[in-house]
Amino acid sequence: MSRGKLEQTLGEGKFAVTAEVGPPRGANAEVILKKAALLKGCVDAVNVTDNQTAIVRMSSISACAHLVQLGMEPVMQMVTRDRNRIALQSDIMGAYSLGIRNMLCLSGDHQTFGSEPGAMNVHDIDSVHLIHTVKTMRDEGRDMSGYELNVAPRMFIGAAENPFADPFEYRVIRLAKKVAAGVDFIQTQCVYDMARFKEWMKQARDRGLTEKVYILAGVTPLKSARMAKYMAAKVAGITIPEQMITRMEGVAKEHAAAEGIKICLETIQELREIPGLSGIHIMAIEWEEKVAEIVKAAGLFPRP
Amino acid sequence: MIVGEQKPLEEIKAKVSGYSRILILGCGTCVKTCFAGGEDEVATLASALRLSFKLEGRTIQIEEQTVERQCEDEFIKEAATNIAEVKAVVSLACGAGVQMVASRFPQVTLLPGVNTTFIGILEKAGLFTEKCLGCGNCIVDLFGGICPIGRCAKRLFHGPCGGSSKGKCEVNPDTDCAWQLIVDHAAATGQLDKLAEYVPPKDWRTSQAGGPRKVHREDHEI
Repeated sequence: MSRGKLEQTLGEGKFAVTAEVGPPRGANAEVILKKAALLKGCVDAVNVTDNQTAIVRMSSISACAHLVQLGMEPVMQMVTRDRNRIALQSDIMGAYSLGIRNMLCLSGDHQTFGSEPGAMNVHDIDSVHLIHTVKTMRDEGRDMSGYELNVAPRMFIGAAENPFADPFEYRVIRLAKKVAAGVDFIQTQCVYDMARFKEWMKQARDRGLTEKVYILAGVTPLKSARMAKYMAAKVAGITIPEQMITRMEGVAKEHAAAEGIKICLETIQELREIPGLSGIHIMAIEWEEKVAEIVKAAGLFPRP
Repeated sequence: MIVGEQKPLEEIKAKVSGYSRILILGCGTCVKTCFAGGEDEVATLASALRLSFKLEGRTIQIEEQTVERQCEDEFIKEAATNIAEVKAVVSLACGAGVQMVASRFPQVTLLPGVNTTFIGILEKAGLFTEKCLGCGNCIVDLFGGICPIGRCAKRLFHGPCGGSSKGKCEVNPDTDCAWQLIVDHAAATGQLDKLAEYVPPKDWRTSQAGGPRKVHREDHEI
């Protein structure tokens, strides 16, 4: 079976670029196709979120299948919040059969933040268990029960890590756990606090982890000072340095978006200098039209 | 202990308003300790209901009794005489006691007056916190005596998640992140490396997922 483009790009030591699209709150595939078209040719793969922020949306697996039909490469996000080990394994097999070659193993945002706060969560296994499961399915051709699969889903296995959540000193140990469980690539929470990110990368290098896993740094362009302040104050696990918020506040409202893109480009430039970093993951939330502009301005276009 | 909270007065009042005579049955063990259903709470609830109905010009006869434990037949049979006099019983026991009374006295309508909340501890005066989900196969030794199944909002075996901030859980910012506590304990006792080990998925058959559970002690059969 052929490897995906993301795996190939990273395997060749090239700096990778991924982006993200969120499926619609409804059954209209056009929404996902339109968003994806904006990204075509600018990125190596496109993450498709799995009911992100616990809001009910079109399933990640089906939106990924639409992307495959478009000739694009999806990274199927999969959370352990909504499915037990039976459903997770079943969907991994189904996803592979639909041409999906990458997946991101996540625990998922807590359901109380979403559109169904009264829902029961599952959490039969966690994200590290899921990594281990996909790895076993791929490399040993067996499911969790040990049953031999007639075709093994040969997924390129991703996971998330958040260098900005606490406790900081433990974050890299947790990364090591994911590596030991079999993760191939990591996409991080958005980087605003460069000093902290660099320190985390140094710890990862010191442990030899950057030799074993591809790390893609997350970036999210700020649209406004209000967005910066909201994220800094309300989103747990995101830190935005005070001077960055001040910088966003310092420009006229109509120029704030441009300033946000500028900051994002400076961040990407600085990230590219970090030894051991393999790529970037652009999360332009409901701002997909800006991804091409960012990739081109950053000198990362055309894609390999 | 099993921690419970008494239901709001209005909810209990609505449940009993169709009856002319009721019994409020307290339980003298767990729910007494957490101030939800002991003798004192039975008396307070009875007075509050009487007063509330009186203000509406109604009278409901309310009997009061508290037994040692509603989850044991040995004790609830003491309530048989009072129960025979009424059509409805408000039980202030946990869900186990409520069902025990309901099954022993099927002729009365059983009305729960307490919400059973969790297995927990008295953390400090007036504060009870959850510690255990009753999974049926204790593994707290892997986590320095802090259970992520009972105390992490995502039941993570390899936490903390990205929502751990300044020692608190993003789901309930006044709740400690269990994984912060686990990491702190491991760091303080020089066991961070032990914490780096992979913990396999849990076999949930010992939990409620395996259906209602039984503990059968043949050595205690009579």
